[in-house]
Amino acid sequence: MTTVVFNRRSLLVAGGSVLATGLLAAGASGLILPARADGLAPTESMSGGANNYRKGAAVVDRIGKGGFWMSGTVRRAGDGAPLAGQRIQIWAHTVEGQEHEPQSHGATLTDKDGKFRLEMPQIIPIFGQPHGHLAYDSGEFKTVFLRPVMRSAKETSLEAHFVLQPA
Amino acid sequence: MILIWVALAVAVGVPIVFAATSEQLAWRGPVYILAGFAGIVALGLVLVQPLLIGGYLAPLSAYRGRRAHHWIGGALVLAVVIHVAGLWITSPPDMIDALTYASPTPFSPFGVTAMWAIFIVALLASLRRRLELRPRTWRFIHMPLAIVIVVGSVVHCLLIEGTMETVSKAVLCAAVLAATIKVMIDLQVWRKRRTLRGESP
Repeated sequence: MTTVVFNRRSLLVAGGSVLATGLLAAGASGLILPARADGLAPTESMSGGANNYRKGAAVVDRIGKGGFWMSGTVRRAGDGAPLAGQRIQIWAHTVEGQEHEPQSHGATLTDKDGKFRLEMPQIIPIFGQPHGHLAYDSGEFKTVFLRPVMRSAKETSLEAHFVLQPA
Repeated sequence: MILIWVALAVAVGVPIVFAATSEQLAWRGPVYILAGFAGIVALGLVLVQPLLIGGYLAPLSAYRGRRAHHWIGGALVLAVVIHVAGLWITSPPDMIDALTYASPTPFSPFGVTAMWAIFIVALLASLRRRLELRPRTWRFIHMPLAIVIVVGSVVHCLLIEGTMETVSKAVLCAAVLAATIKVMIDLQVWRKRRTLRGESP
């Protein structure tokens, strides 16, 4: 019969290595960034960005009763030129509905400076983080899904910026 | 003797009461609310486990404490299953991301890792007799997994922004850590060739 020697170290190593699996999984997604030397790099889709996406949300003046502002810019990869008239779709879990519900979705167009701004209901924490979802999914450029997180659930605005590359 | 029971009731009860009065509940559906509270209850059960096995919950005898530890272990599995199933129903893509370790939220891998550790311990505990696991072998398996469960659950909980109130949540997490460290020191789980008290061979 073999005698296995158990000590504090072997136990901690065994426990630690299992936990490290979780840590690595959490860290790895943040480490993968595009490294490009030539001009402005295109924005990569964020993990979880496309969750509860409903294709084809209508362009609206405001989502629901408003009270919260989602804003940002849309530029072209490489030269960074602002892209006007681009349709950005926005959705989130708000005080007026859950993420997947139709009334939580809307879209807006960028102005001549490539800026967009859409009023929507207050975003609240869902799945542990107060966050919004944005999509560029109109075909001319490559589809991008973003999932910005608010620094605090009390904030009443959130920004997200797109740098698009030709599809 | 009564003090430890009061402390336990406060440590678990106060966070639940605060969460039950959270304004976030107004914007959540019943399934999501149930899933959230199942998670809080699960953390409370993780606190009960070391207290039971350490024999701190007088007047429970070591034998009764051990029996209760087994039952609470089963309840913990049930609470975790309700937590995960409820979140899956609330937002399937977010839950799938979490379970596949592809989630953008930093707390998810900790919770999912703790979940698997809980499932493994529960499965092995139920097969312990059939597998004829000796006390020392069982301890060698259970102790690292217990550490994974405790640390994973605590980190998972602390990083979440949800219905739980910050201070009561931190106190509950600190109690879980303290109880785990104390029982591991008291029972000298790392000492070689020693049978735990009250343990049958």
